[in-house]
Amino acid sequence: MIEAWREPRTRSVIIASVTLGVAVGAFGFTFGVGAVSSGSTVAQACAMSLLIFTGATQFSAVTVVAAGGSVASALGGALLLAARNGVYGLAMSRRLTGSLGRRLFAAQLTIDESTAMSAAQTEPDEQRLAFWITGATIYVFWNLGTLLGALAGTAINPLTYGLDVAFPAAFVAMLWPLLRDGRARLVAACGALICLVLIPFAPIGVPVLAASLAILLGVPR
Amino acid sequence: MTWTLIILLALGAYGFKVLGLVVIGDRKLPPVLDRCLALIPVALLPALIVSGTFSVGHHLQIDARAAGVGAAVIAAWRKAPLVLVILIGVAVTALVRAIT
Repeated sequence: MIEAWREPRTRSVIIASVTLGVAVGAFGFTFGVGAVSSGSTVAQACAMSLLIFTGATQFSAVTVVAAGGSVASALGGALLLAARNGVYGLAMSRRLTGSLGRRLFAAQLTIDESTAMSAAQTEPDEQRLAFWITGATIYVFWNLGTLLGALAGTAINPLTYGLDVAFPAAFVAMLWPLLRDGRARLVAACGALICLVLIPFAPIGVPVLAASLAILLGVPR
Repeated sequence: MTWTLIILLALGAYGFKVLGLVVIGDRKLPPVLDRCLALIPVALLPALIVSGTFSVGHHLQIDARAAGVGAAVIAAWRKAPLVLVILIGVAVTALVRAIT
């Protein structure tokens, strides 16, 4: 670690990884505020960030439960979003070798940002360094942010400050970079449409789950 | 929020991470599965956005939230960073609520 800092090539990787980690981790504050304002306790908000540790999944579960959805529908949508970390794991498995214990530990840190930061590097040692530092920094700041946000959220009326829009606005920010090609835009439009059409009829939470059918547009080449 | 849901989600989320990184490892998946899995967030995020913006239980309505999320979309389109997109969405919603 100290050696990596001394060498300019790997030092720039460390700086970029920590910067990204702190920025994304600060977003944990939003999760903390939103979680308690939609009915979770401070302990539950913190437990979610410590144990689940994957943003979109946590936001999705809290959103569906707050709207009055069943445990099954909240679980379904949230787990579908968690499934993509499995795909990131596949991509990272060539770079993250070592003992079983080490890989089981790395698994908890396998999320959007650590995978993306690692993929952005060219050399294998830089890829490993970027993964571990980004993952660890986000873990620390995501949990710290959640705690502070949860404590702040219990002290104010979230509706006055428009905080109920924090989650949809966060989803907008997460979605935007994914709309790179025509197929992605079509899938996104179908997902939104399926959900809107079902909201008046289907049990709460089910419209979001049903929107996942739009991924079948990925079947043709 | 219930503790049961939190525990099930924690086990499920960690399960997927371990499945990809440790269990399957660098074995190849069929390309069609790869493509569909990659589209999950693209399909679910818009659904979460419209339900968080327009729904009140089983009703659809346009209120201050739509203005806030609309502002967030413009901010994301102008390539604003994640935290700024959220702040703009929240601030516009609060402002519209305060003046209506």
